[in-house]
Amino acid sequence: MDSETVDKLMRLSALDLDEEARVRLGLDLDRIVALIDEMQSVDTEGVLPLAHPLDAVQPLRPDRANAAVDRATLQHGAPATRDGLYLVPRVVE
Amino acid sequence: MSTQWESVIGLEVHVQLATESKIFSDAPVAAGGEPNSRACGVDLGLPGVLPVLNESVLGMAVTFGLAVDGEIARECRFERKNYFYPDLPKGYQISQLYQPVVRGGHLDIDLGEGRARRIHLTRAHLEEDAGKSVHDAYAGLSGIDLNRAGTPLLEVVSEPELRSPEEAAQYFRALHGLVRALGICDGNLNEGSMRCDANISIRPVGQTTLGERTEIKNINSFRFVERALAFEIERQIGVLEGGGEVVRETRLYDAERDETRPMRGKETSEDYRYFPDPDLLPVVVTDAMLEAARAGLPELPAVKRERYARDFALDDYACSRLTGDPDLAQYFEAVTATGVEPRRAANWVLGEVSAALNRDERSASDIPVPPEQLGALITRIDEGVISGTAARAVLASLWQEGGDVDDRIAGSGLAQLNDDDELRRLAREAVERHPAQADQYRAGKNKLLGFFVGQVMKASQGKANPRQVNELLRDMLSR
Amino acid sequence: MNAFATVAELRAALAERRVSAVELARACLDRIARQSHLNAFVSTCPERALERAQAADLCIAQHGQTGLVGIPFAHKDIFCVQGLRTTCASRMLADFVAPYDATVATRMDAAGAVLVGKANMDEFAMGSSSESGHFGAVRNPWDTGRVAGGSSGGSAAAVAAGLVPASTGTDTGGSIRQPAAFCGISGLKPTYGRVSRYGMIAFASSLDQGGPMARTAEDLRLLLAGMEGSDPRDSTSADVPATAAEADARPLRIGLPDEYWSALDADMGEALDAARGVVERLGHGLVSISLPHTRAAVAAYYVVSSAEASTNLSRYDGVRYGHRADAPKDLDDLYRRSRSEGFGDEVKRRILTGAYTLSVGYYDAYYQKAQRVRRLIRRDFLTAFASVDAILAPVTPTPAFELDAMQADPTDMYRQDVFTVPASLAGLPALSVPCGRIGGLPVGMQLIGPHFAEDRLLALGEAWQRETDWHTLRPPESSRGAEVAR
Repeated sequence: MDSETVDKLMRLSALDLDEEARVRLGLDLDRIVALIDEMQSVDTEGVLPLAHPLDAVQPLRPDRANAAVDRATLQHGAPATRDGLYLVPRVVE
Repeated sequence: MSTQWESVIGLEVHVQLATESKIFSDAPVAAGGEPNSRACGVDLGLPGVLPVLNESVLGMAVTFGLAVDGEIARECRFERKNYFYPDLPKGYQISQLYQPVVRGGHLDIDLGEGRARRIHLTRAHLEEDAGKSVHDAYAGLSGIDLNRAGTPLLEVVSEPELRSPEEAAQYFRALHGLVRALGICDGNLNEGSMRCDANISIRPVGQTTLGERTEIKNINSFRFVERALAFEIERQIGVLEGGGEVVRETRLYDAERDETRPMRGKETSEDYRYFPDPDLLPVVVTDAMLEAARAGLPELPAVKRERYARDFALDDYACSRLTGDPDLAQYFEAVTATGVEPRRAANWVLGEVSAALNRDERSASDIPVPPEQLGALITRIDEGVISGTAARAVLASLWQEGGDVDDRIAGSGLAQLNDDDELRRLAREAVERHPAQADQYRAGKNKLLGFFVGQVMKASQGKANPRQVNELLRDMLSR
Repeated sequence: MNAFATVAELRAALAERRVSAVELARACLDRIARQSHLNAFVSTCPERALERAQAADLCIAQHGQTGLVGIPFAHKDIFCVQGLRTTCASRMLADFVAPYDATVATRMDAAGAVLVGKANMDEFAMGSSSESGHFGAVRNPWDTGRVAGGSSGGSAAAVAAGLVPASTGTDTGGSIRQPAAFCGISGLKPTYGRVSRYGMIAFASSLDQGGPMARTAEDLRLLLAGMEGSDPRDSTSADVPATAAEADARPLRIGLPDEYWSALDADMGEALDAARGVVERLGHGLVSISLPHTRAAVAAYYVVSSAEASTNLSRYDGVRYGHRADAPKDLDDLYRRSRSEGFGDEVKRRILTGAYTLSVGYYDAYYQKAQRVRRLIRRDFLTAFASVDAILAPVTPTPAFELDAMQADPTDMYRQDVFTVPASLAGLPALSVPCGRIGGLPVGMQLIGPHFAEDRLLALGEAWQRETDWHTLRPPESSRGAEVAR
């Protein structure tokens, strides 16, 4: 896999690797792509994709606001909060 | 010779659906509140949580589809749109790309003077809203509030058929009136209940291919749609006439500076990797749901507008103002039901009542004076019991303190002065105090009659019967 | 009490007051501590366990023993339990204390079972060896130089070594069945949708399924009753009748898929042939069947599971919970470093593979193609089930392999899943029970059934285990595990 593709995948995945790890990972990805390409020979002409093993339909939830939000518990152990807000390095719009 | 340009505009309007709970969680939907006090585990994207679709959300989308005469997908799906952004807790937004709930449909917009245009819709799809970033509170940091995350949105996408900023604003207004009438959105623009993204390109008149477009994000008022597009059209003309090229980009409208500028952030991805959300199953709209939505459809604004013009003989302006707000329309109809002549009722509702609503920043669902009282007040004017001027004072007092029209008229001494002798005395005084004006009137300056009427009204503290005063003064000054 | 007693035996002992729930919980905690070299647990929860055990004893005193009251067990550390650390064996969640209960956790609590700890696993359940976790590899109790299998390796090793009588696991492409086979215990991957996924940290949403692991098929039936049921919080959970409490033992037609049997080496072939003979003796008919798309299953599985995983794991961004890199210089740096530090190599490989298969230009060739293959694989099974009641197959190509043996090329390990991923793609229930030994190591056989036919598979397994004693064999106590089995 060329380094441009690996770079793009890392950007899309928000991952960062040093050069050595990237080379190793590039090789792994080549092997994985070779493995997944084994399905290419299957004739799937006219076969619809199957996203779920059961032919079920989406259940609907009654429109009731039942959730009790306990912010203190939910934010316990959050990496950085202040005044109930999650803090991140400044977002530029 | 300079090129004539035309603009090609399409709007994507995010309509926040007026549900009790969020699209995929049972946390409450409401504006404001302590940061992150309305974001449950699902909204925060905790490990292990799962989305379940709110039935009202689907019902509202179906209602909208019926109202715009669109095609309702009997089976639709949700996809994940993947990108990283701090206000997007899961790292993807659940949205609909390939199989939206509504395809097609149309919306008629009113261009005034009896002109209308039919704007076609591409689609309307459901998605979840993101949270908000707070930028100014902490040095070098942004705060993330996820209360809004998971709020249900119906994104209504128009075809690029709008040809001017004015048309775009009218389209936005028409959509606003429709979703309000349907009861699927509170229409509160200040709180972001409807947010608009505009795609705009320009091309020389006569050219059939489209120019490169820009997208202006997050416009939240009718006026700003018009101004942002007007600015952007001028900017694009400037670029092209200066020999440059329009760059395809996303721009933000800054209302304070009245300009658009490129967005610098990364609320975008080079590749969103849409794919069906495996946590959700195909959504089926049943016959029963369609029937229920159809049965629940209210009178649509366009139909109502026709009825108002036909049955009430209202002008275009009054028709579209009243039908643009279902609560105002309902109030107006309740006033006419008291027997008041419809055009008089419309004048009061669109005049005094609307002004007071604007002043108090109240919505038309929240008018403190019952329509029966306004009807009675207008009737008292017609009966000559009270003058128009005094009636405005009565309305203002009812608005503040409530109560009954007739009690208020009796108790306040605002009842109209109809006594001929007293009025004659006041008229004589007015003429005697302003001899110069009286001479000018007699010399042919008829407009000065109004001046004298005003003097009498003032002296009577607004209680004088204006019709009688007019007659008396005309008589007196002609001698 | 015998550390290798079954859940059924413990129920009887509790009912007859021969042992208390508190004693059972204490004994488990003791053995877990003494056998820590197996690395089967990420954490234990002694206080919570003893508190629940006391409540269970009170309940038994008042109402007698019912359901799972007083039965100690372990949750795979992928199930959120409120107030307990839930790590998914990842540095990303090493300090994450779940603020809510998974539905399975709620149900097991309600059934009266006593949680003693959280079992080790592959990081985010991605792996077939339980070596990839942040807390180190799980050891196989039969040979501590070998893997326990994965990803539910800790759950399997804990039961096999007599640390707990039962545990929960999750199976995405074989993660219950394969470690059960490697460790010589029984494991059931229920039909997709049978057990709620709410609160079970997602790996691949359309494949993940929680299920029980124990010594016997009979125990699996008891545990499944404590876990299953539709859940309004999981859109993909199925509203179907509960699995029957009693086995139905009519003679069945059992299919033997050529594509599986022809792929076995001599040792495994011999073990499976013997198993086949027993099934025949039980009065069932055996027929050869074909599942023609089997050879594409591993490829399709790795596309679908990686695609889903890649976006399921986007939520780990260092903002609201989980690992966050020190002193991020900007937002991008926060994301990239938190994720790169928080995830191990295997997780990164899957995320990147998934991003690849979903990206522009590859979506049709990989993701869509895999979903089409998935339909063909399901069709193979549904066609087969028109003429057979269940399918008998191997679980793994080999017994447990040595630690680090599959690290050079990740696809070597992926290929080990060849017999388990087809049923996963089709969402079918599949039971793994011990059926022999190769070189002193246990091997298993797999019974695959139509959707929601757990009852039939368990009945087969129960009958099989009445005929055989592979499930009663115990691993040798290692030198560091001082306790002698009574």
